[in-house]
Amino acid sequence: MIKLTVNGVAHQFDGDTSTPVLWFLRDELNLTGTKFGCGAAQCGACTVHVDGKAQRSCVLPISAVDGASLTTIEGLDPEGNHPLQKAWIEHQVPQCGYCQGGQIMQAASLLDKNPSPSDQDIVDAMSGNLCRCGTYTRIHKAIKSVAASTLSQNDSGVQQFEPATRGRGVVV
Amino acid sequence: MSRYFDMDRRRFLKTSASATAAILAGTHLMTAAGRAVAGVLDQPASDARPANLFVALRPDGDVEITCHRSEMGQQIRTAIAQIVADEMEADWSRVHVIQALGDPAYGDQNTDGSRSIRYNLQRLREMGASVRYMLQQAAAQTWGVDPSTCDARGHVVSHFSGKRLDYAELIDAALTIKPPEATELTLKRREEWRYINTGMAHIDLQDIVTGKASFAADLRAPKAKVAVIERPPVNGGTVKRVSDAAARKVKGVIDIIQIPAPKGAAGYQPKGGVAVIAETTWAAIQGRKKLEIEWDDGPNAAYNSEAFKRELLDSVNQPQGHVREAGDAAAVLAKSSNTHSADYYMPHLNQSPMEPPCATAVYSDDGVEVWAATQNPRADMDTVAAMVDLDKAQIKVHVTLLGGAFGRKSKPDFSAEAAYLSMKSGLPVRVQWTREDDIQHGFYHAVSAQHVEAALSDEGKVEAYLHRTSFTPVASLFSEEARAPADWELGLGFTDNPIDTPNITLERGDPGAMTRIGWMRSVSNNFHAFAVQSFIAELANKAGRDQKDYLLEAIGPDRIIDVSEQNAEYGNYGGDKAVYPLDIARLRAVIEKVATMSDWGRDITPGRGLGIAAHRSFLTYVATVVEVEVSDAGELDIIKSWVAIDAGTVVNPDSVINQTQGGSVFGISNAISTGITFENGRVQQSNFHDSSIARMSDAPLEIEVVVMPSEEEPAGVGEPATPVFAPALCNAIFAACGKRIRQLPIGDQLKPRST
Repeated sequence: MIKLTVNGVAHQFDGDTSTPVLWFLRDELNLTGTKFGCGAAQCGACTVHVDGKAQRSCVLPISAVDGASLTTIEGLDPEGNHPLQKAWIEHQVPQCGYCQGGQIMQAASLLDKNPSPSDQDIVDAMSGNLCRCGTYTRIHKAIKSVAASTLSQNDSGVQQFEPATRGRGVVV
Repeated sequence: MSRYFDMDRRRFLKTSASATAAILAGTHLMTAAGRAVAGVLDQPASDARPANLFVALRPDGDVEITCHRSEMGQQIRTAIAQIVADEMEADWSRVHVIQALGDPAYGDQNTDGSRSIRYNLQRLREMGASVRYMLQQAAAQTWGVDPSTCDARGHVVSHFSGKRLDYAELIDAALTIKPPEATELTLKRREEWRYINTGMAHIDLQDIVTGKASFAADLRAPKAKVAVIERPPVNGGTVKRVSDAAARKVKGVIDIIQIPAPKGAAGYQPKGGVAVIAETTWAAIQGRKKLEIEWDDGPNAAYNSEAFKRELLDSVNQPQGHVREAGDAAAVLAKSSNTHSADYYMPHLNQSPMEPPCATAVYSDDGVEVWAATQNPRADMDTVAAMVDLDKAQIKVHVTLLGGAFGRKSKPDFSAEAAYLSMKSGLPVRVQWTREDDIQHGFYHAVSAQHVEAALSDEGKVEAYLHRTSFTPVASLFSEEARAPADWELGLGFTDNPIDTPNITLERGDPGAMTRIGWMRSVSNNFHAFAVQSFIAELANKAGRDQKDYLLEAIGPDRIIDVSEQNAEYGNYGGDKAVYPLDIARLRAVIEKVATMSDWGRDITPGRGLGIAAHRSFLTYVATVVEVEVSDAGELDIIKSWVAIDAGTVVNPDSVINQTQGGSVFGISNAISTGITFENGRVQQSNFHDSSIARMSDAPLEIEVVVMPSEEEPAGVGEPATPVFAPALCNAIFAACGKRIRQLPIGDQLKPRST
């Protein structure tokens, strides 16, 4: 019996322990924000946090997360108030949106470890996450905007991040 | 029309038979007049439809706007809402978007060819304006004043006396108003637009960033089981023998069902094979691994990409079929002492949307209900109906959000698979394609070869131009006899070559196809622009001229080109030539603009180079400059790119910028992707590790885009940025290191050769 916590809720699993965490989340818990893109840790659409660290859930057997605490995109901030979620809207990053949950989870893990990444740090951390729509320039800018705001917060003790508007140049 | 809405919960502008008649009487407002038949793929919206098909008011006055096109990242759901809400003067915070089912009532729903705005801007504006008119009339009637003294703005009709009524308070009165005749309808002036031509935020973004957005694979039909299918490894192959005992033993596997092989031309039919139906996706995948299948490969087992490439390249060095002719290029080339020629090659590519194909089907006595990531729900209706032998009126197709599409999801084989399996198993079935399935059983972008020759005057002017193209035609999908590209495929960047020369010969080969060929973003524009724009840069080099100056000279002065005067069949993307001419002034303007943006002509660091390319596709004009650095070790770094795009009138400029940036990155993939190759009829790649697409590390950190201000009719946005990128990139590589890339992918061609 595998025991784990997902987004703060305790769960058990007694099926095939080789089942990737991705399919446990999607098919057992109906947490469909974590996406299937390749099944081979090549695209990052399935990225979740395992004890705070970004992992590719499509190749992670559930046996490896016994006792672990998982966070999915649904649990990052259900209201969408995580600074990265706000920045994603501020910069109107997504096109189709399919890969973006994984992108945000990967970026959140990067900023956890490295609150003020360089341009190259961002490229290095994000190049495992594919976006066929090609939103890379916006993903990069959105991460950088959060990194910059975190930096100013650390410097002055005051949160500098502007609340996101829903549009660019338009109040809606 | 009530079947689109839940009439128990909502009230709408039309509820009575007389209102129906009245609205229909006004339908000449919404006819397709002026919209020519599309030569590319399908018909545009063919006839008149009542406004209430697209617009409804809830009892609280909130507006429901129906989007009949598929959302795959181009923000069409937002754009359609912008158009209707603007003309009806709705408050944006009170707008809700409803996704339409597949239904002929909407007119064309085939979301490809970059034409959603082109086909719908005018008629959706008219529908929005009709609703505004009715609300205004209703208010005037309520107050007993002249309607011309009433003003509708921001969800409120007001009168100069100070009277105000919210749209919610006008619904009942509006139901009694006769919809406007054409003469009564006033569209807003451009300067009055509040949402159109504005970068409104993507309406589904909040759901996307919180993981709530629902794609096809996220749909959970009650009691649905999951199917994963083993398909014949060779196109046209069939199951000879199957042993499924081991697969049936896998925990969670429910059933194993054979899917019949397609009949006749492939079309959108499933490839056949053996399906494993299971309780969960993982169980289905595990079960599939245990299948033991012996295949009959059929004739396409002879397909080998290396040999096919040689045949294609040989063929374009021989005379081929006529496409366009003026003067006598052959004679001028034969006499000239100043000629240049080059052969270009691009491999098969896969669309590889991040969401692999997926559909859920529920077969019942009433018919089949399908939820699919489809670009064209009406093709799902046709394909599913044929697969399960029902009338298409019995097929109901819901369109989910599409996790990317790029042409792959115009082909609804996956919906037909789901419907067939639901029929045979008696269960609701979700068919999930894996990435391996997507890469090995696709509808591939055509493999192509091109030969180009030119004769230059002493001043470098193109005196004669000969271009032969040969590629596996999409036409072959629909007819087993179709070996040559269709006119519409040639019309994508080949027939409409803009080079200014008195002697031109354009020819095409007829190579047939041994696999399924399908549309991929920008279709044959990709390889045509690659050849033409690379070749012009090669000529510039030969003439010792600046690439950009030479490009402007090669396409010649401002003028309208009508290639039909040169004995060519050209469909112009279904656009009326009078409205959407091939206008060299607009092509020149984007070139000049992007040159300014990129500071073309500036001093460049050694090891770096700038390249330029310009191309008209989907009636839109794009010019791109790419700056690269190539290291001594042959490592390519794309530093930055600049794009000027003239798509005529645009609805959402920020979305146009996003599409242009993304389309550029797609172009990077076209240049660097390993592509798809065949050996003995089998695809040699299987996942992103060997069928790569561009990653962030392959892309520039900045893609600067200028959307040219324009009041021209709207043109395409989703595709036109892609074809120019690969040639601009390869021209930049040449400028940086002197290496000319004529065959894609770039691969290790930049690496120093070992001696």
